[in-house]
Amino acid sequence: MESKTHTGAEATYQAALREGRFMIQRCSDCEKHVFYPRELCPHCASLSLAWVQPAGTGTVYSTTTVRRKSDAGGDYDVSLVDLDEGVRMMSKVIGIPPNDVKIGMRVKAKVMDGTGLVVFEPIGDDR
Amino acid sequence: MSARDLRGSVAIVGAATTGCGEAPGYSDIELLARAAKAAVDDAGLTMRDIDGLCSASLNAAMWPLNVVEYLKLRPRFVEGTNIGGAAFIAHLMPSMLALNAGVCDAVLVCYGSTQRTATFGRKERGLARNLLDPSPFEAPYEPMNPPSSYALIAARHMHQYGTTRRQLAEVAVAARRWAQLNPEAFARDPLTIDDVLKARMISDPLSVNDCCLVTDGAAAFVMVRADRARDLPKKPIYVLGSATAVWHRQVSGMDDLTVTPSKESGERAFAMAELGPKDMNVVQTYDAFTINTILALEDLGFCNKGEGGPFVENGAIAPGGRLPVNTNGGGLSCVHPNMYGAFATIEAVRQLRGECGERQVKGAKTALVNGNGGVAASSQSTAILATGEAL
Repeated sequence: MESKTHTGAEATYQAALREGRFMIQRCSDCEKHVFYPRELCPHCASLSLAWVQPAGTGTVYSTTTVRRKSDAGGDYDVSLVDLDEGVRMMSKVIGIPPNDVKIGMRVKAKVMDGTGLVVFEPIGDDR
Repeated sequence: MSARDLRGSVAIVGAATTGCGEAPGYSDIELLARAAKAAVDDAGLTMRDIDGLCSASLNAAMWPLNVVEYLKLRPRFVEGTNIGGAAFIAHLMPSMLALNAGVCDAVLVCYGSTQRTATFGRKERGLARNLLDPSPFEAPYEPMNPPSSYALIAARHMHQYGTTRRQLAEVAVAARRWAQLNPEAFARDPLTIDDVLKARMISDPLSVNDCCLVTDGAAAFVMVRADRARDLPKKPIYVLGSATAVWHRQVSGMDDLTVTPSKESGERAFAMAELGPKDMNVVQTYDAFTINTILALEDLGFCNKGEGGPFVENGAIAPGGRLPVNTNGGGLSCVHPNMYGAFATIEAVRQLRGECGERQVKGAKTALVNGNGGVAASSQSTAILATGEAL
């Protein structure tokens, strides 16, 4: 994707997700990664933010189980995930019961088909 | 000129609350107006003397205009910055600047909410707020805010420092024990640590007893320059320090979930007041959730980072403990109508005036007030208040 776009960063991010691609930004000046998508780098105020594909791997920084009545869909996870590129995002860890999500757990991003939502799955104990 | 030059230059001379708990049949502005009138009376002034106004609301973007019209004020100074519940405490500094500059002579800070009993349209109002101020990178994951954000903060603090749910429960039980000494407090039933641990979970690790109340209530206070304060009927409560720090909006934007902007606002407020944590006789800190009190005690320097859990054990912040914290019962057990900052300020004023009856901290001359705003300790405002003896 071009670093210069004709839409705002948020719309560009969502458009990529709708095509199944999870992209984050990286500052061409200070070389730090940026999330959520912005018009200028929060670290050095540069306007030179380029879109890059993250490795998709990360670590659960914190987690909570939101309690919800079972007839409304039941309990679910909300987590903060630190991507290996050094940025943090809110997401949810799927594929395991919400109470089994633990801080420090290694996870990998997945773009949910149809919703353009980035969620994470555990990637086991080998990392 | 530095902030330190403003130390003690302004005093709170009138304070009042009304409708705390349940005020069925009243609107936000009606409760606010009653509190405003009572605070102005308490100051020995009339509404015509009020030429400065600070107010904020979660429901109206231009709320100071509503208040000006309702009270028929003609203010020369208007401050409506809404940084969440830390507003009203944050309004102290701009008021000090305006009063000292001679822009105005008497500032009314006021707030009112019927969050508990005004059930009509509550769901729609919540949805409207989300529509007007979307959080596109959080909302799709459905955090139940604010509890889920503070739950994430609590979970990280527990992971990093070994803080326990039992220590969080100590905060709720201490607040309840203070509330039992306060006739104005809404929740005064007995509460034990086991009750808190067994209570219904909202967003792990926070149970319903780790979360503040949802009540009605209004609060107002009046500030004038110190020279004028001495001629008014009530004992002046001087503002020695005031500082505000804002670091983020949402929890995903918080750099370290275990450190709040109180670290910065506290340091600046203490420097302005030329005092430190050891000099504080009483502490009123915004306990939206039990973890807030622990974070504030750490970030304000009452204990080291990570030691807030052990610090509150064994009733240390309850009546008879080593540090009186939230002596009205706080947001957890006294009153919490959406935004609590003005109520914390008024409890400090009442303690320093010696008006607190059974819960009075004997000889209190200094008080720290700490506000919390936003869904994730996003803004914090710290004030140091004192009687004339501590000037």
